[in-house]
Amino acid sequence: MDFQAVEAIIGKHQGKRTALIGILHDIQEQYNYLPAGALEKIAQRLQMDLPNLYGVATFYKSFSLTPKGKHSITLCLGTACHVRGGPKLLREVAKRLNIEPGQTTKDKMFSLQAVNCLGVCAIGPVMLVDGKYYGEMNPVKARKLIEKLIPNGRGVRA
Amino acid sequence: MRKIESLSGLEKWRERILARQKQYETVVSVCGGTGCHAYGCKRVRSQFAKVLRENGSRSKIRLRFTGCRGFCERGPIVTIQPQGVFYQKVQEKDVPLIVSKTIEEGKVLDHLLYEEPTTKRKATSEKEVPFYKAQHRLVLANNGLIEPTKIEDYIGIGGYRALAKALFAMEPDQVIEEISASGLRGRGGAGFPTGRKWEQCRNAPGDMKYVICNCDEGDPGAYMDRSLLEGNPHSVLEGMIIGARAIGANQGFIYVRHEYPLACKNGEVAIHQARRAGFLGQNILGSGFDFDVEVAEGGGAFVCGESTALIASIEGRVGEPRSKQIHTVAQGLWEKPTNLNNVETWANVPLIINQGSQWFSSIGTEKSKGTKIFSLVGKVKNTGLVEVPMGITLKEIIFDIGGGPQDGKKIKAVQTGGPSGGCIPASLFDLPVDFDSLARVGSMMGSGGMIVMDEGTCMVDVARYFVRFLKEESCGKCLPCREGLKRMGEILDGITEGKANGGSLALLEELAEVVADTSLCGLGKTAPNPVLSALRYFRPEFEAHIQQKKCPAAVCTPLIQYSISQVDCTGCSACRKVCPTQAIEGEKKQSHRIVGELCSKCGSCKDVCKANAVMVQ
Repeated sequence: MDFQAVEAIIGKHQGKRTALIGILHDIQEQYNYLPAGALEKIAQRLQMDLPNLYGVATFYKSFSLTPKGKHSITLCLGTACHVRGGPKLLREVAKRLNIEPGQTTKDKMFSLQAVNCLGVCAIGPVMLVDGKYYGEMNPVKARKLIEKLIPNGRGVRA
Repeated sequence: MRKIESLSGLEKWRERILARQKQYETVVSVCGGTGCHAYGCKRVRSQFAKVLRENGSRSKIRLRFTGCRGFCERGPIVTIQPQGVFYQKVQEKDVPLIVSKTIEEGKVLDHLLYEEPTTKRKATSEKEVPFYKAQHRLVLANNGLIEPTKIEDYIGIGGYRALAKALFAMEPDQVIEEISASGLRGRGGAGFPTGRKWEQCRNAPGDMKYVICNCDEGDPGAYMDRSLLEGNPHSVLEGMIIGARAIGANQGFIYVRHEYPLACKNGEVAIHQARRAGFLGQNILGSGFDFDVEVAEGGGAFVCGESTALIASIEGRVGEPRSKQIHTVAQGLWEKPTNLNNVETWANVPLIINQGSQWFSSIGTEKSKGTKIFSLVGKVKNTGLVEVPMGITLKEIIFDIGGGPQDGKKIKAVQTGGPSGGCIPASLFDLPVDFDSLARVGSMMGSGGMIVMDEGTCMVDVARYFVRFLKEESCGKCLPCREGLKRMGEILDGITEGKANGGSLALLEELAEVVADTSLCGLGKTAPNPVLSALRYFRPEFEAHIQQKKCPAAVCTPLIQYSISQVDCTGCSACRKVCPTQAIEGEKKQSHRIVGELCSKCGSCKDVCKANAVMVQ
């Protein structure tokens, strides 16, 4: 893997330790996850122990050490979404994709995340698909949305 | 944009902006808050731009993409000034008609107006809408009047005037006195007096000091901080600059959760513009005061809303809290004195400096001054952000502003204070809302989430929800929180699965007490609150789960069963088509039936049944 982009990202943040979380976000955006080689490079440039860096990378939920799927599906489990049927929605989506929250389908098409609040509480339950918010969701609407993302409509193989 | 280097320069700039704004006969404001984004406000805005460009009226009509207007469930919201027309649920296809009828002919389009569900009365302007009528908007007042990414809009409504006053007409001590006299208390939840915090930080020894704005709004169900930083970022920045001068800090950070991309972006844009205009950087407005701000992004950890964990996170470390024997005002970021306030607290500061502490303290109750923004969500008709004076009753918020229950169900409780707060039963809805009254009934203000619950909400499930939430978010540093919450969660799981016995509640209460007494930080100390308050007010619901193995609200799946009423079923087959497990059988036009063994209890059948024939028991 080519880690030129890592250098550029560290440079953009002026190699500052305070920007570590920002750097990790940018790396994740670039590679879709945090590759081990990129973490080694960051540790070297920011003069951090690698175990410490792994501590940070695994503490924060936003980061993934394994590659994420092509489509990202995030379900909100905040209180407002919870009382309006968020858990039921998550159960159905997880069943449809045949993965648990935090996992990626084997064909690398979908990654499923459950987060504790997306802050769009007034229109819950909320689902975030590839950066786009969908409000007032239910299992039927969610399934339709997922079917649309599956190439040739052949379904997801987990 | 030229750098402003003096007080007179700022006023001259303002005059130029106001003169330029006069060329517009009409201003069309499209709400660009995240809620409206979900409903397609971007397409509505593009359509307006297209139509106005085509009819050549862009020079006379200003199209403004504002921050959150608060009435999110009615989005996308469009207002037209000076007529003051308030349109809701606007779609792309409505745009040509709005331009030709409302803007050009001055006619109001009936079908886009808000209709009061009981009286069927239509509201033409924002202030006629009951949701807005009972509100007292100060901090949120300008969200609809400015485009958050245009500093000129903020200057046009008097922005940075409070900063000029604080820099040139007040000494740092006077600023702190003013904030203390106003009675402003921290809007992040605990309600610590802001003036006292500033004073402690100012008096702390050390040359290098920091101010931090906490926008790690992790409290589930609350989103006012996000709407403020997204919708009016300069008001937050202005508050921070005033605070930094009073305290003697030269560097500030805005810590924003990663889940709020628009807040991060608008915050960055505002900082960049403020730097170019001379409100940040060296020698601000020629006063000799230096101060700059950076945005620091979070990584999706709830515990980072706690001040010491947040500081660890900015330092690029694991977000674990530390003991607060030494407060952050004395030793915070890089062990230097650090003053941390929440977004809403900072946004109140320019208002107080501009209009005086006396004005501010005339609003609210004896010990809680000013207004508070709540996110009124859950099982209530009108959901969104409401800003009300402290001391207003829960009943007024939920029924007058919120419009009461959704789909005719009875409201039974409201949850405030997030995972640190509690559930307040409907019998206490006459309670005036302020920091102290909420604490007295076993809840707390928190950052302002107000989640309404009705008879379809199971209080055992809510208690379990919060414990699970906190168990997952516990950083694991101290044992009571890490292990205690896990065990509490297991007991609650048992209750919702019908596996609990007579001793479960006593054990749960004992454990709750230990976790509260012995945890290291606020997360663990307050974690039992949702459980204890649910037990205090809704004990019979817990007992029904344990003794009768029944969930009265029909939520806990192991204890419920779906069936179809043979009388009411019309045989339309809508349920059969949506059932993901093919658990429904029946011929078209004949009564359908659910095969219990196949049913996954997802409730899709109930969602689509028009005849209300699907029953849950």
